Parts: sequence; C-alpha cells; structure tokens
Amino acid sequence: MSENPNNWPLWEIFIQSKRGLEHKHVGSLHAADAQMAIENARDVYTRRQEGNSIWAVLADNLHSSRPEDAESFYDPADDKVYRHPTFYTMPEGAKYI
Amino acid sequence: MSMSNALFTYTLRRADDLLILSQRLGEWCGHGPVLEEDIALTNRTLDHLGEARNLLTYAGQVEGKGRSEDDLAYLRMEREFTNVKLVETPNGNYAHTLVRSFLFDAYHLPLMQALLESKDEQLAAIAGKAVKEATYHLRHSSEWLIRFGDGTEESHQRAQAALDAIWTYTGELFETDAVDAELVKAGIAPDIASIQEAWSKTVDAVLAEATLKRPEDGFMATGGRNGLHTEQMGFLLAEMQHVTRAYPGATW
Repeated sequence: MSENPNNWPLWEIFIQSKRGLEHKHVGSLHAADAQMAIENARDVYTRRQEGNSIWAVLADNLHSSRPEDAESFYDPADDKVYRHPTFYTMPEGAKYI
Repeated sequence: MSMSNALFTYTLRRADDLLILSQRLGEWCGHGPVLEEDIALTNRTLDHLGEARNLLTYAGQVEGKGRSEDDLAYLRMEREFTNVKLVETPNGNYAHTLVRSFLFDAYHLPLMQALLESKDEQLAAIAGKAVKEATYHLRHSSEWLIRFGDGTEESHQRAQAALDAIWTYTGELFETDAVDAELVKAGIAPDIASIQEAWSKTVDAVLAEATLKRPEDGFMATGGRNGLHTEQMGFLLAEMQHVTRAYPGATW
C-alpha cells in the first residue's frame, strides 16, 4: 500500500454489531495513526447504528492466502464428508448439538 | 422583561449559534481534505443542525406566535439573528475551521452539561441529547488542534495564525445581559462564570499539548447577541435562505 509517502496508511476496519458477536470486516480507510483510524471508523462506518465496538488493523499487518494456492488449499476438502459430524447418532433427548 | 420573553431570547441565542455554525461547516461538504474528514465534518454539521432544530422549535413554542423552526431559520432578517460572531466567520483553511470549532466546542459542552440541571424541562431534555454529541465534537476538534500544533512547522504556524485571528471572537461567548440574569435567578440557565472557567481550562490543556500559544485577551468583538453581525453574515444568510425566499411555501 501507500506508494506515496505523503499518503496516510491504510487500515482495515472491523465492527462488532452487538456485544458477544464477532467483529466483522466492514471496509478500509486511511488514517495517520490508530487513534485517528478508530475515530474515522466511527464517522465512516457507525453512522447508522452499525456497531458498538471497533477494531482497526494496519492493512500491512494482515497476511492473506494467495489465490493461486486455492486448488491445493481448499479442493482436497471436497470429498471428505467424514469430516462433518453427520455419522453420529444423536442421543435421545439432546436438544442442542 | 417577562419570563417567556427571556426564555425565548435565551433559547434562540443557543439555536442561532448552532444553526449558523452548521451552515458554515456545511460549506465543506464534498470539499474536505480527505474522504474520512469530509464525512466526519458532515456528521458534525448535521448534529449541530439537529440540535438547532430542537431549540428553534422550542423557541417558537415559548414565543407563542405560531412560528415554526423553518419560520425562525429562514424568514428572519440579519438583525434578528442572535448568534455570536465567532460562528459566522468564514471557514478559511482547515486549521481555521477546526480552531473555530474547537473554541466553540470547548464552550458548548460545559454549557450543555450545565443545562442538564436546568429547571426548564425542555431545555434539560435538549441538553441531554446534545451532551453526547458535543463530547465527541470536542474530542474531534481537540485531536486536530493537537495534530496541527504538534505536527509540522507549517501546520503549527497555520494553527497558531488561526488561533490568533479568531481569539477576538471568543469574548462574546461569555457576555451576559438581563436575559441571562433573569434565567440564572430562575434556575433555568447556568452561571456563565462556571462555563468560562471550564472553557478556559480545556483551552489551556489542549493548547499546551498542541504546543500552541494562548493569545492575549485584547479587543473582543461584540454585538452578535443583539443582532449586529460581521459583513460576512449577509452572504451566509442569502445562501441559506434563498430557496425559501424565492419559492415561498414550496414543499416537496
């Protein structure tokens, strides 16, 4: 990111919509530092009551898998149905499994 | 002066400060230095406008002549506006805009906090909603003042220049007259001395962190509360009111 040294760095923003729920990625923005990133996120991403908690992560600190790895990463899971817990019999009376 | 006259004037003064400041800040919409700040400033503009609407509506009720918020906002003449001159000063550069907002926010927040205790239930309720927004506004403008002051040589110099230029408009925030005296006595308005003290403390703390110098108190502009405005006010009102005046009674 930031090819131009005068640009503020890019931050990825995660918002938690309700206590107890996960923080979800909502988008990105530019800010000079973490404090500004959180305040900008408040103004850009929580205007319509979307959240009650904000995480800001410097985009440079996010590492992602590569699209060209997709075949070797994900395809092998296609024919491994035994990884799903569908071969157990449900004990009678167990409601929450 | 009757109590309802005083309450009308007091409420209108609070409303006009916010209405005119929001009109000025609205000029930045689409012109902010970065997208994130453009949105932040527009949020703030609408906060001010929302609060102004509540106050204008209430002022109209207190007056009892059937004037709506729109009548008060769009159909008064310049001499009938009672805002301080501070809020009508042109935006200048971004430092100027943020310094002006900071000096207002540092006054507005303690005023709203004090109005929570007002014996006038409606004013207290309006203040209740305003306090949360005002807390964020002060945080936002303080942050920027510190970044400007403690930033580069140029940002420091521009922030100091803005502060020096605007300082003359701060005295008006703490002026009082018979309107205030009557409402303070009735427990409706707070004593302005306590607000000034809180303002001064905030200003000193933020300026110290921003490495900016508090200007000396010199000549202080006055007159806004009684309808005497700067030469820029007429242009501001012309822009704000022209649709209503060109198409009276128009709706959509």
